[in-house]
Amino acid sequence: MGEYGGLGLFFLVALIFPVSALIPAFLLQPRQPTKEKRIPYECGVDTVGKTYVQYRVGYFLYALVFIVFDVETVFLYPWAVRFGHLGLFALIEMFIFIAILAVGLGYAWKKGALSWK
Amino acid sequence: MNEALGYVHGLVGWAFSLAEAYDVPSLIGAGVFFLFAGLALLFACGVVFLRNVVHSALSLTATFICVACLYLSIDADFMGAVQILVYGGAVAVLIVMAIMLTRRDDMAHSNPSRGLWQHAGAAVVSGLFLLGMAAVAVLSPFQSAPQPLGDAAPGLADLMLSHYVLPFEVAAVLLLIAMIGAILLAKGAEES
Amino acid sequence: MDILNMMMGQGVVSTLADQLHNLFMLLFDNAVVAGFLMKCVGIGAILGIISVAAIVFTYGERKVCAFMQVRIGPNRVGGRFGLLQPIADMLKLMSKEDIIPQGCDRVVWALGPMLLFVPTALIYAFFPFDNGVALADVNVGIFLMLAISSQAVLPFLISGYASNSKYAFIGGMRTVAQMLSYEAPMVFSLLGVVMLSGSMRMSDIVNAQSEQLWFILMQPIAFVVFVISATAETNRVPFDLVEGEAEIVAGPFAEYSGMRWALFFLAEYANLLSVSILTTVFFLGGWNGPFLPGVVWFGLKVLAMVFVFMWFRWTFPRTRIDQMLAFSWKILLPLALVNVLFTGVGIYARQWM
Repeated sequence: MGEYGGLGLFFLVALIFPVSALIPAFLLQPRQPTKEKRIPYECGVDTVGKTYVQYRVGYFLYALVFIVFDVETVFLYPWAVRFGHLGLFALIEMFIFIAILAVGLGYAWKKGALSWK
Repeated sequence: MNEALGYVHGLVGWAFSLAEAYDVPSLIGAGVFFLFAGLALLFACGVVFLRNVVHSALSLTATFICVACLYLSIDADFMGAVQILVYGGAVAVLIVMAIMLTRRDDMAHSNPSRGLWQHAGAAVVSGLFLLGMAAVAVLSPFQSAPQPLGDAAPGLADLMLSHYVLPFEVAAVLLLIAMIGAILLAKGAEES
Repeated sequence: MDILNMMMGQGVVSTLADQLHNLFMLLFDNAVVAGFLMKCVGIGAILGIISVAAIVFTYGERKVCAFMQVRIGPNRVGGRFGLLQPIADMLKLMSKEDIIPQGCDRVVWALGPMLLFVPTALIYAFFPFDNGVALADVNVGIFLMLAISSQAVLPFLISGYASNSKYAFIGGMRTVAQMLSYEAPMVFSLLGVVMLSGSMRMSDIVNAQSEQLWFILMQPIAFVVFVISATAETNRVPFDLVEGEAEIVAGPFAEYSGMRWALFFLAEYANLLSVSILTTVFFLGGWNGPFLPGVVWFGLKVLAMVFVFMWFRWTFPRTRIDQMLAFSWKILLPLALVNVLFTGVGIYARQWM
């Protein structure tokens, strides 16, 4: 039973645990659904129009910029582990790598992708 | 007390000797592989056949996670972590958001099924692809490592910063270009 | 359980675990069965810790809040100190009607809170509670932990989307913007810790701190960046834009009631505990400390961090979303990057001298 076997077992248990929390509530709770109770909550005012209106592109831009940094961490973590053994060349290499991405961050900053308008 | 203990020991020992005889440990290993492979295929079918395109995207996320579980089950832990971090954590969110960004009246039938000809065409193309993949799988001289890799990340770092330095820096430039392109496109959409 | 782990373990908990393992060996006379049972015990212990933490923290948070606002706090149910308040809350939540909003995406709506619990609980598998006590002390521990914790974004998004409510939808979108924005500085701030300890294994990071100094002293910038982004990752005030009662009702949870709503809060308090544990492991030396057993030190440090996070909550006003996102990308992320450079130069200089 390796480390990942235990993790897999935990994964299964973690999937079941919320269900087991819902079962007693399911048995205890009253059920009187009425039409008014079920309408989407908008502070007592009837909702107007569709729910899925187009949201602002700004949210999507953050996700786009994030994904680049997410991929960068994939490269940076192995480097960080080996850092003590790699010497000056690796240090400079990694500085160049980070500098290239800092340019990207600077570009996003300048273009206003990081500011909320 | 001791008798009962001896009985339990005997039972467990017998069960395990039986399991050894029928090679159950390797069967379990294969079972885990086929479980996750099957789940990945099932969710992949969900991506194609589900009616609601948001459900399709969530199904795709489940496929990513199943593939990550496959990596973890063969002790390729760094690969598994990368798969979960990049695909499950970032790409999946990006896809779901991109779908929600498109304008439509109703999500329930946003992934409509096409006509018969499209089905037939898709079946032929996927069949050919499957054949091609099977040919690659059978013909390539795969070799499994004599023992598990162990800690792969430091080895990766050594290779990345010695032998593969140029591809490594090119990857950084590629990421930069991707980011600039994405910002240009999204900014254009925002202004229009 | 790893034989290596057992041999290295000298703490109270690992000694207990060894005893239990011996008992299982005596009972079943088989290493596989005993190992399996030990994993089950570990999983049960983790789920127990999460549940107890949720119960204790709901009470604790109210008392801390009352203390900071010069009030008394819960004082009716269960004596003068209101000790039974969490039990009363739980019973109330259990007996609440489960209202299913009109026009919601039923399956996805039901899956949201359940799926949120999975990554929240799974990262506990990597935490070293004491010397040699972790469910899965793997060699990519910190990286895999970050990867799994990043999975918490999607459940929020889909519960917001599936509720068929505008407030919930806006809340879901805000969750993505906020959690992704603060994940970047969090991940980068931990790079310095990995560089100093030369390993991604959680227990190695703690051991490195007993050999060197606690990393809060060697990585003060990383510590600050990590604590701020951890507050944002757990969606707590001053960064609770996701819920923002005064703005968007309750964000993604607006249309959930009863136990389903409670699942969100179980996840929130589990997250509060896990970021406190992470701060302890990465910056406060984990189980290291004189005189007392390791697990006691660990518990004390974790509770101190929990108190700090609660203190934040009742001290700072909520930020605006544009300020919050700008703060992450324009201040925290550059700071974290500079910290990586400084740490790199520092380690290199130390080797060279």
